Amino acid sequence: MKRSPLWRRYARLLGSDPAADVNDELRFHLEAKTDDLIRRGWLPDAARQEAERQFGDIRTVQHIGERLGETMESRQRFKDYLVECDRDIRYTLRSLRNNRGFAAVAILVLALGIGVNAAVFSVVNTLLLRPLPFPESGRLVWFTGGKSLSQKIQAEAGLSGRTYTADAYEEFKRNNQSFQAVTAYQTFYSSLQYKLTGSGEPRQLSTVEVADNFFSTLGIQPAMGRDFTREECQKGGRPAALLSYYFWKNQFAGDPAIVGKTVTVNGKSLTVVGVLPVSFDFGSVFAPGMKVDMFVPAVMDFWRTWGNTLAVVGRLKPGVSLLQAQDEADRLFPHLKQIHPDWYEDYASALTTLKDHVSGQLRRSLVMLWFAVGVILLIVCVNLSNLQLSRAAARGKELAMRRALGASRGRLIRQLLTESLVLSIAGAALGLCFAFAIVYYIAHQGTMTLPLLASIRVDAASLGWTLLIAVMVGVLFGFAPALKMSGSNIQLALKDNASGMAAGRSHQRFRSTLVISEIGLACVLLVGAGLLLRSFLRVLDVDLGFEPSHAASMQVDYDDGGKLAARGPNLQEILRRVSALPGIESAGIADMLPLDRNRSWGLDAVGGVTSKDRDDSALVYLVTPGYIPTMQMHLRAGRDFAWSDTPDTQHVIIINEAAARREWPGQNPIGKMANGVEKNPVRVIGVIADVHESSLESASSPEVYIPMTQNSDTEGATLVVRTRVAPALLASSVLGALRSLNPSQPATEFRPLQGLVDHAVSPRRFFVLLVTIFAGLGVLLAALGIYGVISYSVTQKTQEIGVRMALGATNGRVMRDVLFGTLLLTLAGIALGTVASLAVSRLIGSLLFSTSPWDAETFLAMVLMLATVALVSGYFPARRASRVSPMTALRNS
Amino acid sequence: MDTNRLDLFRGTLDVLILKSLMWGPLHGYSITDFIRRQSEDVLLVEEGTLYPALWRLESKGLVEAEWGLSENNRKAKFYQLTAAGKRRLRQESSNWEAYVTAVAKVLNAPRLTSPEKPA
Repeated sequence: MKRSPLWRRYARLLGSDPAADVNDELRFHLEAKTDDLIRRGWLPDAARQEAERQFGDIRTVQHIGERLGETMESRQRFKDYLVECDRDIRYTLRSLRNNRGFAAVAILVLALGIGVNAAVFSVVNTLLLRPLPFPESGRLVWFTGGKSLSQKIQAEAGLSGRTYTADAYEEFKRNNQSFQAVTAYQTFYSSLQYKLTGSGEPRQLSTVEVADNFFSTLGIQPAMGRDFTREECQKGGRPAALLSYYFWKNQFAGDPAIVGKTVTVNGKSLTVVGVLPVSFDFGSVFAPGMKVDMFVPAVMDFWRTWGNTLAVVGRLKPGVSLLQAQDEADRLFPHLKQIHPDWYEDYASALTTLKDHVSGQLRRSLVMLWFAVGVILLIVCVNLSNLQLSRAAARGKELAMRRALGASRGRLIRQLLTESLVLSIAGAALGLCFAFAIVYYIAHQGTMTLPLLASIRVDAASLGWTLLIAVMVGVLFGFAPALKMSGSNIQLALKDNASGMAAGRSHQRFRSTLVISEIGLACVLLVGAGLLLRSFLRVLDVDLGFEPSHAASMQVDYDDGGKLAARGPNLQEILRRVSALPGIESAGIADMLPLDRNRSWGLDAVGGVTSKDRDDSALVYLVTPGYIPTMQMHLRAGRDFAWSDTPDTQHVIIINEAAARREWPGQNPIGKMANGVEKNPVRVIGVIADVHESSLESASSPEVYIPMTQNSDTEGATLVVRTRVAPALLASSVLGALRSLNPSQPATEFRPLQGLVDHAVSPRRFFVLLVTIFAGLGVLLAALGIYGVISYSVTQKTQEIGVRMALGATNGRVMRDVLFGTLLLTLAGIALGTVASLAVSRLIGSLLFSTSPWDAETFLAMVLMLATVALVSGYFPARRASRVSPMTALRNS
Repeated sequence: MDTNRLDLFRGTLDVLILKSLMWGPLHGYSITDFIRRQSEDVLLVEEGTLYPALWRLESKGLVEAEWGLSENNRKAKFYQLTAAGKRRLRQESSNWEAYVTAVAKVLNAPRLTSPEKPA
């Protein structure tokens, strides 16, 4: 840096004043001129006037001078500021280099705190804050049917209760005024199977049927080729398909000439008309955890007779609000129902933004996570305040010296703040590395049923947030110690011996406060995590109604030409061959598995009450004989299906207890007849215990099991086997058995049944895992804080302890005293934390499952755990205190 | 105004100021004095332009200022060339000389003799 000129330096004594400088300079000029003129013979007064005349417009010059002066002044001030900053940073780096241990611990602690915050922010940002990855996604609206049904009935009706018929969809689309476009997709993805043949092994494709305007409504342009044409979506139109980007990459090796080629699906040729862009991930928005290979047109004429199967999405016209659209829907659907008396229901719909539909139910969990990492950040701040204060003791003398030499208090605070900011920025840099790792890990949990998972990343917003919290943290943890340290009494600090005792007492009180708050915060985290963990364990403990372990499933393909009479023997043969394989204990086939997709039909007891408002829906499963025992569902009464239940014998069903309670309350349902399942009444031959079919966390709905041998209306077919052997080892032999009957059986994997359960609990598992980790982190940091404070106070009291021991205090006595001090701090912190936890746990009440927010056991366990951790972290300093040798302690003073 | 006194071109003043500081620090008044004397009373620098020019040079870092005492013990602001100012002076002087030579050549040109078009 260039040295600033002398005049500036002494002008600074009274503060600089550019205006006065200009004035002085010009006055000197006039005086010099006047002198000159006098020397040449002018009279003094005349000389002065002449000098002023010659100068001309002195005001303007003065004005210019002042302005330039001020500019230079502020420039200089800024330069000085930079120089000081530079000096502060150099000083900080030097002092941190001399204190590597402190720097390393501080940066690591900060990195942990900031890292988890950056990571969680990235998740929150993607799921809650950032718009969906569609153009103008704010105008996309999700339709949920069944608004007029009670919540219980909605649940009982499953997916069928929330979706629409082709007629309802088309009528609404034609008649509404609010929407620029309304589109739909078929929610029963596997009703039709799509089997790719002709290129390698037969393969089952995960396919979604979409309405003709699906992609244009979302605003998605195919990356290659074109969208579906209207003709392709009509009955008898040319079969066409759009491929997802990943499928195109994997199956066709990114063939650039794929558009226009044909592929063989279900034995028919399909033209690939385009490839969707890499950014479009159907699963991440509409069906978390699902990877879609191919999209084909949903032919509405085909679906017209199928009941509720379509999910409807609309794009609002510009300027139309969601409320207006809701209002129109509230009027339009009942009106349509009047025109079409044949409609099964009125399709009263709840409209939400697509964004809310996708991430709405996650909001609470995410806010809770955000809160948890916020608490961790606070603990980090408290911890670092503590660490800074410990250093203050060692540096008290240095700071006092600097103040004595003329540094202002503000200047010292600035310097100490620079230090904390340098630390927090370094911590943030390292924390970002952690965040990248965490986010990468989360984004690659493909099977987790969280929406938008794959698009979670650390983006510019996350970086901005990280910087923001880094600065906030730096100021927060630096400010209190800076005030404390710079404000200490200079004289005392200078006079005192090297250990800086004078500041010690008041610091100690401050530090105790910090530790108490730290323990309190950790307590809140622990209790929250404990409650969620307990809920999670309760969820895992739920009696599913079937036994997922030691069972696996596989999609099967059979070809009976649609003849129901042939189906029974066909399936029987498949199951006979599979069951005969070594290692397989039993086998059965169902069209849908519990905790997977579901659909509902009606179920009415013959002769039962029939009222218009009565809900008669029941979830429907088509199964083979042997399926129920293979799943280890509990048959409470009656018998399982038998191969002798053929199309020609009395059609039969098995129901669950929920259905029995609703239809035949207080009676034995066995042998009773029921309507609604088929054209003719069917006979109930068995009752099974309730099975959790849609979620582990909600009560079971009425279910109906129908033998596949008597009803051809299946939704695909899944083979379930029970085995003690690892399913992967059986895959090839089972596949061989299936292929021996049907050579075109596609290659599919065995999926352990446990996977369905894991899938169903994966969001809860995800959140519990994170919160538990965060709580662990919080407790660790709190322990570190306790250790730091107790250890420091022991160091400070070394002399005192030495004296006491010299006077006869025993080791045990000294140790007990230190531990007692720790215990006091801990108890105060826990008391505070418990009160805070009581308030907080009420907020997370809705996230808990059969666990009270004030679950005494959880509170007790967490408090005990925290107390133990605290005492252990106090134990080490206590032991050190008890080993103080009186001689050394006294000699050192 | 005297007819044989010339108005200064804008920009020329800067180089004259820099030149006047070549041999050491001067205050504003002696700069005008210097220029007047060296030009033998042909160039008269008006105060109204001198000071703003000086301050601009200062804010550009070509000169730096320091308060000192004048010959008759008055507090005066002395200006001094910085390294950048010296560089600028050298460069401007050679520019000026090249310019003057070129203009002089044109002005002193004899009757036009064009090789292509013999008279």
